[in-house]
Amino acid sequence: MDESPLQKTLLSGLISDDLLLQCMHCGMCLPTCPTYNVTKLESSSPRGRIRLVKSVAEGKLEVNDTYLNEISFCLDCQACETACPAGVKYGAIIEAAREEVSRENLEPLKVRAIRRFGLNFIVANQPILKIVARLIYFYQASGLQRFLHDVGMFKMLGGNLGAVDKMSPKFSKRFSSDMMSEIYTPAEPARYRVLLPLGCLMDVAFADINSDTLDVLIQHGCEVIIPRNQGCCGSLHAHNGEQKKGKELALKTMELFKNYDYDFLISNSAGCGAYMKEYGHVFDESENENIDENSMGEVTESQSKEVTGEENFAVKFSSKVKDISEFLYETGFRAENYNYEGRITYHDACHLAHTQKITVAPREIIKSVGGVKYSELNEASWCCGSAGIYNVARYDDALNFLVRKMGNLRATASEVVVMANPGCMGQIQHGTEKYDHKMEVLHLATFLNRAYKKKKI
Amino acid sequence: MTPLILSKIGEIVSKKNLLTDPVHKEAYSYDGTPLLSKLPEAVVFPENKEQIAQIMELANNENFAVVPRGSGTGLSGGSIPVDNSIVLVMTKWDRIIEVDEENLTAWVEPGVITETFQTRVEKMGLFYPPDPGSMKICTIGGNVAENAGGLRGLKYGVTKNYVMGLEAILPSGEFLKTGGKNFKDVAGYNLRDVMIGSEGTLGIFTKILLKLIPKPQKSITMTAYFDTMVDSGKAVSDIIAAHVVPAMMEFLDHTTINCIEDYTKIGLPRNSEAILIIELDGMGAEVDEDATKVVAALKKNRSTYVKVASNEAEALTLKAARRTAFSALARVKPTTILEDATVPRSELPVMIEKVQNAAKMFDVTIGNFGHAGDGNLHPTCLTDERDEKGIQNAHRAFDYIFNEAIKLGGTITGEHGTGLAKKDFLESSVGSVGVDFMQKIKKSLDENNVLNPGKILTMKPKCEGALPKNREQIHDFTHTHNH
Ligand SMILES: Cc1cc2nc3c(=O)[nH]c(=O)nc-3n(C[C@H](O)[C@H](O)[C@H](O)COP(=O)(O)OP(=O)(O)OC[C@H]3O[C@@H](n4cnc5c(N)ncnc54)[C@H](O)[C@@H]3O)c2cc1C
Ligand code: SF4
Ligand code: SF4
Repeated sequence: MDESPLQKTLLSGLISDDLLLQCMHCGMCLPTCPTYNVTKLESSSPRGRIRLVKSVAEGKLEVNDTYLNEISFCLDCQACETACPAGVKYGAIIEAAREEVSRENLEPLKVRAIRRFGLNFIVANQPILKIVARLIYFYQASGLQRFLHDVGMFKMLGGNLGAVDKMSPKFSKRFSSDMMSEIYTPAEPARYRVLLPLGCLMDVAFADINSDTLDVLIQHGCEVIIPRNQGCCGSLHAHNGEQKKGKELALKTMELFKNYDYDFLISNSAGCGAYMKEYGHVFDESENENIDENSMGEVTESQSKEVTGEENFAVKFSSKVKDISEFLYETGFRAENYNYEGRITYHDACHLAHTQKITVAPREIIKSVGGVKYSELNEASWCCGSAGIYNVARYDDALNFLVRKMGNLRATASEVVVMANPGCMGQIQHGTEKYDHKMEVLHLATFLNRAYKKKKI
Repeated sequence: MTPLILSKIGEIVSKKNLLTDPVHKEAYSYDGTPLLSKLPEAVVFPENKEQIAQIMELANNENFAVVPRGSGTGLSGGSIPVDNSIVLVMTKWDRIIEVDEENLTAWVEPGVITETFQTRVEKMGLFYPPDPGSMKICTIGGNVAENAGGLRGLKYGVTKNYVMGLEAILPSGEFLKTGGKNFKDVAGYNLRDVMIGSEGTLGIFTKILLKLIPKPQKSITMTAYFDTMVDSGKAVSDIIAAHVVPAMMEFLDHTTINCIEDYTKIGLPRNSEAILIIELDGMGAEVDEDATKVVAALKKNRSTYVKVASNEAEALTLKAARRTAFSALARVKPTTILEDATVPRSELPVMIEKVQNAAKMFDVTIGNFGHAGDGNLHPTCLTDERDEKGIQNAHRAFDYIFNEAIKLGGTITGEHGTGLAKKDFLESSVGSVGVDFMQKIKKSLDENNVLNPGKILTMKPKCEGALPKNREQIHDFTHTHNH
């Protein structure tokens, strides 16, 4: 939709009414919304939530607990964006609503604690994250975790802390950033020069996936650059109502990566890839000119120009970002190097399927691997309930979605479920353990690296 | 509404099924109709027909209005609350009770989603043809209440052709059963057909008996491109004149084509002025014969290209894309007002020209699409509700379109119903005797005017409060009565 001269900004400048009016309340998004499916209430549907945000923004509805609950009940999975023929940017609407809620200190204490301390202090700061991760690793490895579970410590502490603890990723013994060199060259003449961000949590909790990604990229004939001193890309913050922090981290990321010359930036985490692809929008002057300066935090236009050197740097940066599956597929995946005997299925990460609209590439790659018997997962693009910090903030609800996912997974009778996002892996892994369902949960990069090794034998 | 009345409702349906939080009221203040909305006093989820009957009795005693609601995709304001009303939501009544393969019938609850039902019976080799664009989410109850049409209306008819019987709670709280599995039944007045299309004003459906037919074995789906809209209209008339009855014959103009393509990216011809999507189906060879005739008629009317879908998946994608037309048009402007004028199909080319005229005369952007084979067009005005002049122009354009449709022997609404949005035009469409007849029916069944009052008809302004009476007032209504 063209921007209308009549548009107004609402929610203290966080959102324009153009965005809200775009929804013509047709209801076509309702059947794909996981939360609407659970409650069958209009207020738990995309159409309902847009209406609620609109009424609050226009001052017709007061924020109350029911409102807060519906705003946080939303998974931000963006299945509704995929379903909406009218092109409503639901993600932008819910994220603005959450930002408003957090700014006004209206959310439950627990969520605020995760957001303020977990996201803004620990995750946003890689050296601190590493120290914390080290402590957690010792806690997990030392048997203390088992011990506390065995004596029922978490039950005594109450709530669902125990389950959340079990669900949290197994932190790596060594971090990618400490293990990897700065540059890797393939045996053959390099086909592409790519940059591999290690991610914040990926670095400390999913080091194996990073190293599998590296291997797969080298197998694909890439020269791989891994910049030193990387940090968080800001995705967790931006997607959880901390736009300001997200933007700050985005700038830092671009500032670091701009020192390198590369063809593509390869992401192996759907949420990070999605946000880095959004940088172009986030720093697009024309989109922000009507937005209240204060809402943008300390990062002003001139400052961002200063850092990036040129106006459309962010746009250029974003255009080079590729998800690993997208990259492999578009540059001609070399299936002949891979083999994997077994029944495989694939789960769509929301930030891949709905935000980045990538659904064909990973499936085609998996199917092209020799020996694979592929079976399609029913409701593959339904959220598993992981959803950023959702499964920590709303464990019981997340479980609801997980149960549905596990049922569908069971029906495929597959030995392996592949996905391309660490967040989903943690959640689905938890599902396989909780419901005693024997199924391996693999990242696409890990799956491919194994298939490569199997072919070689 | 007093707390006492609310607590009485709570006693009937139990507390958990009564929502009075402002958030929930807000979320049930609208349906799919542009520009109209109003807050209810409460939102109620009844669990059984006894509860509905008790609510109707209470409504009569305490003088409040009851507005039945399905999925709220209606386009004439049928499920929008009125003054002093509760919304009665039927979506949780979603059981398919029985599929009777011997009699080819099915009993369903009114909250069953249309597409869910279709998928279920198609797995058994059976077919339920009515397929409104909204079928992914609209309910069978809503379909029966609006007598909804769809893409396949041309050959297979509309919802009313598939309703064999129903059960309903009347405004008085009494329980009505009408129709049944008998293929023939002429005992007394045909009450079933009075209830169909009554837009929730004569009764609340609690169970519906649907007719099924065997699923066609073969189908051919094609898209024909045109350089002018009028040529496409003439092609439609020629196809009908050639005694071919396609299962579906859908018309899309240039604007609509581009909006759908923006959303679906399936390769529709962005440069065409119009396209027709045609589906022929049947049990065997006759389908190919029909296809030959259709292609001849298309060529004769200067279709520049005819593309035949190469497999079923492609045909399904094409039809799914067509169903998004209305919502996809909303990409262009913030406010999308869609209308439903219908003319005898021989007049289709004339009507298409009239719509083009209206856009020029009143300086509005109109995207046009619709069920061409039925003469049912959906001229859709793309405008901005914050622009008063633009909205006024839109209303003028539609007044013109309605009047021209009626002059051509057409009607103001082919399938979306009268509701709130088209009340004013009812008399010009059905005549004063017709309106009077309808008022008498309503009055005799709903003496106190408590069931969905003010929809279709304006009765004596008893419970209606400040319902709008004409287009200007509807506009004012949304601005002043919104909350
Ligand atoms: C994108 C889009 C495309 C559409 N395409 C078409 C189309 O192709 N053809 C077409 O005909 N319509 C179409 N419609 C209009 C709409 O979908 C239909 O009118 C549909 O039948 C409404 O069903 P619903 O469940 O949403 O009912 P609602 O909108 O909730 O209600 C509609 C009416 O039915 C009454 N009602 C609902 N349930 C009951 C019940 N159990 N008992 C008594 N009354 C009840 C309500 O009071 C109201 O008057 C479209 C709408 C949209 C948004
Ligand atoms: S978000 Fe899109 S699909 Fe959902 S009601 Fe609004 S316009 Fe329709
Ligand atoms: S983001 Fe997901 S959970 Fe939230 S409204 Fe959209 S579909 Fe529903």
